[in-house]
Amino acid sequence: MAIDRKRLLLIAVLVGACVLPFLLTNYRNFQLTLALIYAISILGLNILTGWNGQISLGHGAFFAVGAYAAAILMSKAGVPYWATIPVAGAVCLVAGFLFGLPALRLEGLYLALATFALGVAIPQILKYKGIEIWTGGVQGILLTKPRPPEWLPFRLSRDQWLYFVTLFTSGVMFLLAHNLLQGRIGRALIAIRDHPIAATAMGIDTAMVKSMAFGVSAMYTGVAGALSAFVVGFVAPDSFNIFLSISILVGMVVGGTASIPGAIFGGLFVQFIPNISEEISKSAPWAIYGVFLIVFMFLLPMGIAGALRMLLVRFKL
Amino acid sequence: MAAILEAKALEAYYGPSPVLKRISFTVEEGGITAILGANGAGKTTTLRAVCGMVRTTGEITLAGQRIDGKATEDIVRLGVAHVPDGRGTFVDFTVEENLRIGAYARGDRRQIAEDMERVYGIFPRLKERHGQQAGTLSGGEQQMLAVSRALMLRPRLLLLDEPSFGLAPLVVQEIFRVMREINKTDKVSLLLVEQNAALALDLADHAYLLETGTVVISGTADQIRSDETVRKAYLGY
Amino acid sequence: MDAFLHQVFSGLAAGGIYASVALALVMIYQATHLVNFAQGEMAMFATYIAWALIESGFPYWTAFGLTVLIALAGGILIQRFIIRPVSNASVLTVVVVFIGMLAIFNAVAGWVFSHTVKSFPSPFPSKSVLGGLLSAHELGAMGITLVVLIVLYAFFKWTPLGLAMRAAALNPVSSRLCGVRVGWMLAFGWGFAAAIGAIAGMMVAPIVYLDPNMMSGILLYGFASALLGGITNPWGAVAGGFIVGVLENVLGAYVIGTELKLTVALVIIVAVLTVKPSGLFGKVLVTRV
Repeated sequence: MAIDRKRLLLIAVLVGACVLPFLLTNYRNFQLTLALIYAISILGLNILTGWNGQISLGHGAFFAVGAYAAAILMSKAGVPYWATIPVAGAVCLVAGFLFGLPALRLEGLYLALATFALGVAIPQILKYKGIEIWTGGVQGILLTKPRPPEWLPFRLSRDQWLYFVTLFTSGVMFLLAHNLLQGRIGRALIAIRDHPIAATAMGIDTAMVKSMAFGVSAMYTGVAGALSAFVVGFVAPDSFNIFLSISILVGMVVGGTASIPGAIFGGLFVQFIPNISEEISKSAPWAIYGVFLIVFMFLLPMGIAGALRMLLVRFKL
Repeated sequence: MAAILEAKALEAYYGPSPVLKRISFTVEEGGITAILGANGAGKTTTLRAVCGMVRTTGEITLAGQRIDGKATEDIVRLGVAHVPDGRGTFVDFTVEENLRIGAYARGDRRQIAEDMERVYGIFPRLKERHGQQAGTLSGGEQQMLAVSRALMLRPRLLLLDEPSFGLAPLVVQEIFRVMREINKTDKVSLLLVEQNAALALDLADHAYLLETGTVVISGTADQIRSDETVRKAYLGY
Repeated sequence: MDAFLHQVFSGLAAGGIYASVALALVMIYQATHLVNFAQGEMAMFATYIAWALIESGFPYWTAFGLTVLIALAGGILIQRFIIRPVSNASVLTVVVVFIGMLAIFNAVAGWVFSHTVKSFPSPFPSKSVLGGLLSAHELGAMGITLVVLIVLYAFFKWTPLGLAMRAAALNPVSSRLCGVRVGWMLAFGWGFAAAIGAIAGMMVAPIVYLDPNMMSGILLYGFASALLGGITNPWGAVAGGFIVGVLENVLGAYVIGTELKLTVALVIIVAVLTVKPSGLFGKVLVTRV
């Protein structure tokens, strides 16, 4: 019975998600789209850090790679926007895997340190004059936001269309994650996280799994980056600073580590908290992020998703 | 004679189950008490319990003052020095720095310098090596250093965990001679834990025999020495 | 040749700052095996406090001294109330708490002091010395760094408290058996690290101007220096700082251009961690399986 309830809930949420854009303003749709984009990148980080225990404080770099890959393909090679998503994903899959190889030698704190360095350095790398022809230097690349296609039977605004594109992509990514993580691979990831030596002793190819986790995690974040490129309409180096990496981390912690639905809560949190709190002060979002990070670690280490799960169990829903 | 240390119904835990099961023992003021037993009997745990290094229930009193539940560093500051299992040497410090840190809890600067000279007098080898890194000393020298470090506290009560462990017989003799001496001259009470029962009974006035966390025999050293079960199991004759 | 020397000397001046930050990082790492990701923001915040004191009329060195004391107290409080409760938790928990502190310090600085870039005074005259190789401030900053290093060295080597702090970092169990209050020693270590960071911030602010993001790049250089020198070795950290400072300047001027300087730090960090994690002068840590 519980399984049917879950399915029902999922369908209700999906239906709601499809109906929502017709009830909201264009701006709100835009914000929701961004929240979904964050959710995808948070899920990416979660695969690596939540499920596999490899701490990354530099996922903004993969987001940037995906975004720039999409932007360059669109502006320089005329590739249609929807085709850039899988390409960006593939590029980041490879990039992540390659980064994951030296990362194998780094444990916990040291990996956090190395990825932190990457996260801090990436804007400078993106501004580098040597690759300016491709990246557009400090100004970045301006893109035209895609229009809804001709073959649609009904009228959609640009923001609504982009919302649906993102929703569809999210659905695919989340489904993929669900299948990956609920089975053997998910258990292998967790085994490596909690008992690395025992995992190796049981025959898991730890090195391969860890590097692949990095690759897949980067792929997800790269896909999110690509989406952000044409949803927002431009890419510029300073959008991809250390605070982007920290935002993704906040989303994971608040939403819930090792939780797929948690990514959605995290994405909503990271997108809307700044909007709400910026009224108070420009610095308020970061103060809130910081406080939430610390408070959640002390009181709610399993995030919102974990807390909800406990509530559901407590009230036998 | 008054007891300087008294334990009543002492239980000690590393996890959920007790390693010491409601044991009681005393150390007379100015006396030497030994706790004997095989590996795993709970001897080291007993010393750790006195120093607040493990979770305990029950009473431990030092010269009439309750010390159970206090933090290790506070118990030490009341005059209890502990030469631990494995010596606990600060391996990266020099010999002299090890002695200086032993005196940390005291305030009297000039007397600390005097005490250091005294310790060098007792163990001339330490004086030879005073600027050497403690980790490079031999086992015997590290034991001398550990005892000296404890003495730098000017303790009322000195706890020693297996002082003879892993040491050559001559060195052991030396250490035990020193222990007898500081007990007599400085009136330092001693509580030592030893697997080498013969040595311990030779030094101590009183002894307790621990087996898996309970006291099975207690009495004066002479009584324990002549007890048949002890002789057969621990003294080998 | 002249230009090259200039780069080297500038590098040494910057290196002094990196050495200070690296030293603060190593102090905390030695005592707790934790990397303080918030070190830069703490230093930045302390510098803002100094700025506020100077703005309200305190003479420079009084403000300097007060800031150092405030930073000392702040570091102690942070260790006691935020770090100690999580010191035995998982690595992820600890890292998240540090990042949280980073965010809070950054935000509060921006909120209280606004995000506009401010100038920060230097106690040294604004002229150049050593035949044009260094500005008086750069030389002065190096001097201050050296003074700090000497004071710390003397403190740790010769005072009982310094000995106790070293003991607590080296062997907390044995330290307790000598009556050392290990918890407080760790707190003092944090206090010292915060104070050193504050001094570094006050030395660098006149050069790069004061704004909430002032220290993020410098923190990276601090990490690179600490790792290069050996994160378990304070002297290594100092040496690492000067080496990184010179490398950064020379490479920036002659090899890769000034815009990619942070990448130098990144490359050093990744290279040291993958090739020789114990750094040039550190001890190799063996973990028992």
